[in-house]
Amino acid sequence: MKARVTVTLKAGVLDPQGKAIEGALASLRVDGVLSVRQGKVFDIELSGNDQASAHAALTTACEKLLANTVIENYRIDLMA
Amino acid sequence: MRAAVITFPGSNREGDVARALKQAGAAVAHAWHADMALPGGTDLVVLPGGFSYGDYLRTGAIAARAPIMDAVRSHSARGGLVLAICNGFQIACEAGLLPGVLVRNANLRFACKRQHLKVERCDTAFTRAYAPGQVIDVCIAHGEGNYICDAGTLARLENKGLVAFRYCDAEGQVTVAANPNGSLNGIAGIYSESLNVLGMMPHPENLIEHLTGGIDGKGLFDSLLGRSRAA
Repeated sequence: MKARVTVTLKAGVLDPQGKAIEGALASLRVDGVLSVRQGKVFDIELSGNDQASAHAALTTACEKLLANTVIENYRIDLMA
Repeated sequence: MRAAVITFPGSNREGDVARALKQAGAAVAHAWHADMALPGGTDLVVLPGGFSYGDYLRTGAIAARAPIMDAVRSHSARGGLVLAICNGFQIACEAGLLPGVLVRNANLRFACKRQHLKVERCDTAFTRAYAPGQVIDVCIAHGEGNYICDAGTLARLENKGLVAFRYCDAEGQVTVAANPNGSLNGIAGIYSESLNVLGMMPHPENLIEHLTGGIDGKGLFDSLLGRSRAA
């Protein structure tokens, strides 16, 4: 089974990298961009096919390593 | 005083901090990230500066999950001293030894320069050789030293006197201009609740010889060896 974990900064946490990207897009004259927040994507392959145990394993992975829950949120998407 | 300096893949200041500890009179042992136990009789664990695991994922995140860190957490829980400098501070936060997290400097620049710090309190194992409110001149070298935490944690740090050092100017004024990275309340270093863990971004180990710029960092190592400020 394949899964995608998306880690994003919590609302209110300053994102200087996102701000810099915002500035670069403005200098490229990409119109209509209001704001940019940078995050991380992890594409993960899992050995089993059970959705519940895959979700449980990925939750552990997020809580223990992939996200720092002081500043980041995570989302788990299981793919067929 | 027996110190154990832990080296992770990508640590690069373990030699300098070992030298500062030896100069102050400590017996220094080196430990490796993959070790399961600290050297026998360890009084002080040092997490040195560097770029452990190339700062992959988040600074300090992977080192914080190294095998030796369970032993470091047990040592800390027993009240053992832990000194975490720069990348060590990032590792200590990721390992749950200290609250909060260090994120990218607000101006996105790697800060490598001399920096004044205000010593907030002089009654801890790390600072008793300094004078109350003393301004010391040390070095910083980091890209991710911007300390942040939630409002409740910040209030707790302030109310319980757990801020160890703040960035300041030469006169000891804690100002926005003197803050090199955007840290909340100018925080450069913090203590754990029981004052046995100190995490700090600046490098006191750089300032232990007049030959290389000054000795304002020596007080921290002298403090650890039990020397107090001359009355």
